[in-house]
Amino acid sequence: MALLQISEPGMSPEPHQRRLAVGIDLGTTNSLVATVRSSVPEVLPDEFGRPLLPSVVHYQPDGAVDVGHTAWECASRDPRNAIVSVKRFMGRGLGDARRFPTPYEFVEGPGMVRLRTVAGEKSPVEVSAEILKVLRLRAEAALDGELVGAVITVPAYFDDAQRQATKDAARLAGLSVLRLLNEPTAAAIAYGLDHGSEGLYAVYDLGGGTFDISILRLTRGVFEVIATGGDTMLGGDDFDRRLADWFMQANGLGELPPEDLRRLLKAARLAKEALTDHDETRIEARIGDAPYSTPVTAVQLREMTRDLLDRTLEAVRHAIRDAGVALAEIEGVVMVGGATRMPQVREAIGALLGKPPLIDLDPDEVVALGAAIQANLLAGNRSADEDWLLLDVIPLSLGLETMGGLVERIIPRNSTIPVARAQEFTTFKDGQTAMAIQVVQGERELVADCRSLARFELRGIPPMTAGAARIRVTFQVDADGLLSVTAREQSQGVEASVEVKPSYGLSDDEIARMLQESFGTAEVDMKARALREQQVEADRMLAATQGALEADGDLLDAGERALIESTMRALRAIAQQQDHLLIQAKLEDLARATEDFAARRMDRAVSQALSGRRLDDLG
Amino acid sequence: MRLRRIVQGLITDILRKSHYELFGLPERFSIDLAELQSAYRRLQAVVHPDRFAASGDAERRIAMQLATRVNEAYRTLADPGRRAAYLCERHGVALQAETNTAMAPEFLMQQMAWREALEEARQQRDTEVLAGLERALCDHRARLLEEIEAAIDRDHDHRRAADAVRRWMFVDRFGLEVAAAGEALAAA
Repeated sequence: MALLQISEPGMSPEPHQRRLAVGIDLGTTNSLVATVRSSVPEVLPDEFGRPLLPSVVHYQPDGAVDVGHTAWECASRDPRNAIVSVKRFMGRGLGDARRFPTPYEFVEGPGMVRLRTVAGEKSPVEVSAEILKVLRLRAEAALDGELVGAVITVPAYFDDAQRQATKDAARLAGLSVLRLLNEPTAAAIAYGLDHGSEGLYAVYDLGGGTFDISILRLTRGVFEVIATGGDTMLGGDDFDRRLADWFMQANGLGELPPEDLRRLLKAARLAKEALTDHDETRIEARIGDAPYSTPVTAVQLREMTRDLLDRTLEAVRHAIRDAGVALAEIEGVVMVGGATRMPQVREAIGALLGKPPLIDLDPDEVVALGAAIQANLLAGNRSADEDWLLLDVIPLSLGLETMGGLVERIIPRNSTIPVARAQEFTTFKDGQTAMAIQVVQGERELVADCRSLARFELRGIPPMTAGAARIRVTFQVDADGLLSVTAREQSQGVEASVEVKPSYGLSDDEIARMLQESFGTAEVDMKARALREQQVEADRMLAATQGALEADGDLLDAGERALIESTMRALRAIAQQQDHLLIQAKLEDLARATEDFAARRMDRAVSQALSGRRLDDLG
Repeated sequence: MRLRRIVQGLITDILRKSHYELFGLPERFSIDLAELQSAYRRLQAVVHPDRFAASGDAERRIAMQLATRVNEAYRTLADPGRRAAYLCERHGVALQAETNTAMAPEFLMQQMAWREALEEARQQRDTEVLAGLERALCDHRARLLEEIEAAIDRDHDHRRAADAVRRWMFVDRFGLEVAAAGEALAAA
């Protein structure tokens, strides 16, 4: 589509034209979907009124797939086929996956580990897509319409591989991703910190499987993440595990079979939750055939998990140092994640920062609510006073391997995205015509200690003496934090160039194949879907063009305007018919008719911004 | 495609602008940071890919290029060392920080004194020596900034400015070492 859409503040579509968009918190333990209705963000519950969808996917021998509560019920009975906490394996290799004690059978896959189930080998992307699909269907049923897109949240600490995997899972679930959003940033948005709040805020997110700390700077209308830190291997689940370990020790139990362990972890979680409001409780679990009931106090829980809490506090101090600010400068701290209900966590954070943390919103829902607000904005449903911009940073440095396994950093962490940086390299041997380029992400000096993102070869370098070639390697990171790399030999004007997406991402063909497979067994008809997509697109283009004419119609002469309007009429006339190819053809007509107009509008917007007019005056 | 040509022209136009022109600021070393920040946000609010989240791939790519350019310009101008280096390069004086390490003898003496102080602080685990060193570096930075400003804005002597920028870069890097030593002491 050629029309450049420059949304105007104050140009809010009519209610019936609102584009349906959702925010999704794809969590390690639970996932949620939320949307904005009548200006109020709300979580969409399932048909039984439950807002949380346990992030559990159960594969059955007949190929059926259960997601959520029923799958969670099966977790103890059939642990190998009921996948919990799959988020931990997103974009991860075999070595990382095996760092956790899990009942799964892992298989090395291309770029990412796979899990062997009765229904075949599944990549974490496919498992996550099952969760997202359930949330998409839930939202479409509740909102009664096709979604234009979703904002999906990821931990701020997620590296490129993990972000790419999340985006792939969304595509596989039939969701168009408006933006990957850092979870802590979403939480801050939910608290409305973008309205009227100025200064530095911390977001402390202790979820089921990940811990994130972000330092945000809020200024008039702008949101900047100035530092992020955390630990993708620490979360509320670890507190459960501590309680379970303690229980096993107290009762003289050795290693447990998977089913018993799962039951015990569930009991430990219940006990942990009970200790939020009570001084003591009992861990009650059946191990083998014997029922156990062991009393435990809140003080004991504090003692046995003190080091976990201390690890989070150290990460908070580190992030604040990274941000180059003092503890006392932090205006407030937002608490996210069910584990922040534990009183010792709230007390410790309050004591460290010298102010009580923000706990008004449900810590389980806050991320999804913020994502919904952002989705509503990006879909173009907004009014003037909501106009703001969110600037993000990359969490980990990106670099290249050089001689001796050392890392040459190209883009340092905490760089504002989108960002591009180039560096020149040269050949090592006379007559060298190819060069291997290894892309890594991480903060360590040695390649072996960083995460390898991609490896590719630049061929066709003209033979020269060593050191004469000039190979320019460019890293581009987009607004979702995703990387692409280009290499080019330029000393002799010969352009040997390659562009790579890191290897763990799925190709379009793979996505298409997986979609085909899932449609083969599902009720969704691809053709009907294509038609609906074209109809939604037609509505979108007509609304956008109408808005553009109202805002910047003065850029057109009468003839130009008449041409655009007649093309719009032609599209509107057939938009509700059943021929998706015809709609597509008329859409292309409209795109062509508005090219010139779109470019003039972009030009005007940029020069207005440059000439120093306030944003509020634009349009 | 016609749009591509027009937008390409627009992008080229923005890419051809100097960092200063991009933000509508006078080309001087001494700048109003608040003004820079506000211009940056104004511009980013127009070109950022989030404005085009619901648009097609082509628009998003264009937006990404423009937003990348704006980020790069801001990063350069917001940091005094990078800003000075940029101004020197625009006046034909390349910094060659890697190859040109020639420094005035008195600055080399100064470097040695600092290094000795850092070594002493590390070995004696002396946080006071470290704090004193940080203060000295801070003072030195302030003096260098004045020197750079005078060389560029008053005397238009970019060769002299480049010399000061090289010293600034050394102090900057050394400052990181001192900060790291401070963290190591605090952690122990």
